[in-house]
Amino acid sequence: MSLTRADVQKIAHLARVAIREEDIPLYADNLSNILALVEQMEAVNTTGVAPLAHPLDAVQRLRPDAVGEVDQREQFQAIAPRTEDGLYLVPKVIE
Amino acid sequence: MLEKTVAELSAGLAAGEFSSEELTRFYLDRVERLNPELNAYVTVTAERALADARAADARLAAGEAGPLTGIPLAHKDIFCTQGIRTACGSKMLDNFIAPYESTVSQRLMDAGMVLLGKTNMDEFAMGSSNETSYYGPVRNPWDVERVPGGSSGGSAAAVAARIAPVATGTDTGGSIRQPASFCGVTGIKPTYGRVSRWGMIAFASSLDQAGIFSRTAEDAALLLAAMSGFDPKDSTSVDQAVPDYRAELDGPLEGLRIGIVREHLESEGLDGEVAGAVRAAIAEFEKLGATTREISLPNNHLSVPAYYVVAPAECSSNLSRFDGVRFGYRCEDPKDLEDLYKRSRGEGFGAEVKRRILVGTYALSAGYYDAYYKKAQQIRALIREDFRAAFQEVDVIMGPTAPSSAFRIGEKTDDPVSMYLSDIYTIAVNLAGLPGLSIPCGHSAGLPVGLQVVGDYFAEGRLLNVAHRFQQATDWHKAAPGAIA
Repeated sequence: MSLTRADVQKIAHLARVAIREEDIPLYADNLSNILALVEQMEAVNTTGVAPLAHPLDAVQRLRPDAVGEVDQREQFQAIAPRTEDGLYLVPKVIE
Repeated sequence: MLEKTVAELSAGLAAGEFSSEELTRFYLDRVERLNPELNAYVTVTAERALADARAADARLAAGEAGPLTGIPLAHKDIFCTQGIRTACGSKMLDNFIAPYESTVSQRLMDAGMVLLGKTNMDEFAMGSSNETSYYGPVRNPWDVERVPGGSSGGSAAAVAARIAPVATGTDTGGSIRQPASFCGVTGIKPTYGRVSRWGMIAFASSLDQAGIFSRTAEDAALLLAAMSGFDPKDSTSVDQAVPDYRAELDGPLEGLRIGIVREHLESEGLDGEVAGAVRAAIAEFEKLGATTREISLPNNHLSVPAYYVVAPAECSSNLSRFDGVRFGYRCEDPKDLEDLYKRSRGEGFGAEVKRRILVGTYALSAGYYDAYYKKAQQIRALIREDFRAAFQEVDVIMGPTAPSSAFRIGEKTDDPVSMYLSDIYTIAVNLAGLPGLSIPCGHSAGLPVGLQVVGDYFAEGRLLNVAHRFQQATDWHKAAPGAIA
């Protein structure tokens, strides 16, 4: 599997990661090599094998639906890039 | 104090031979002298360390000390430490002051341990050489032109250089065992779920597990007992009693059945001297009463391919939280929200992290899920079956931790796939969720070689017993790099 420039741009958009134009060929090359490594899996017949999601086959624990957390908004927002009046600020979304 | 293990330091503190403050100052002085060249620590918490040490001395004086009270340690900079920068080797988190404490660091703090600082690592634990860190590579104390391994390279180098008596690490795909091997220290990755992942910055959640770097298996047993155990804050934490690992250390090895993986010793990339050192170590175990037999892990060669789907897929999901909005790096002057996301992530993440996010995004994108993620999870099931069959016949599996000793800085950076293959012996253990450790077992051209020992689920006590008995009979774990005086 060899990825094209357009493939890399599409994946980078899906991942919301900006890639510089001049770096695209290197990413295309690197990612194609990684996918070539991964393609060794195709040689194995896995028909009927249940995918392993958890090594110990554990399932999600349930807990009582009770409030456990306390309000730490100020502490969390102290490390935010931009806040105002307890809100996170981002560029205007709706004109 | 330099050559004392944690167990010996603990005895010294209890006997009043020295105080925790004296011990802490001794280590802080070493950090100040040796760290500029090694780059093992990214943050040194000297004031906090001295405050911790004085509190520990008060506990010791009051007769309220445990075996770890007053012992200095370093945490991999992936564990959130409240009020202290937790950067995870990334520009993305260069300004991140953790607002809460990880369970691992909290438990060790409760045990009275003294925090020396946070250690360097591959960015978001993605790497096998510590070269992907935003803070620059860590240098191997055995040869500063070589890598310490990764991703927990700073912790491994710190213990090897005696600038920390013990350190924490994490192992998603060999990230404790491979650096332990390269730096000539003991490193253990417990069973998946044994140690809480709460507050450990997530890379691949179905694989991530915290562990320890130490000079001896006995020290690892002390730390593991304090770190392990159920944590309701981690949804995959296992609710199972923690055994007294130290009490198991001296158990006899007579009748221990060792499995030697045919595919490991036959693999073409294996260095001859590494193979020789591993064979000699196994012969030593036979002298101690163990028996060996050859076993097969027929799907082992698929572990690296399956890992490079599962780990990037989970990483692409986990790292979507870094959006430039709530914490971490934000780009300058974003023109709209999409630009804010894309440039904050594009500028905040390094090349290897971006590669893995892109691979994972691709593998999970519409139309590819069955071919990649589902297929990899099926192969994971086959790999686990291989181990299950093996553990019907043997108690532990032994082999090389890595195909070579430490490689040179820059040697593999242009070829990600060749870097990935340096984890060929360790990754299957993560995919199966088993415990494994690496102990020094010899040298190759003056550099340490590690022996990997893998056990069945929750067999950490047996692994530490096996490692301890080897360390009672040999001196490889006592070898120290020359330039650390």
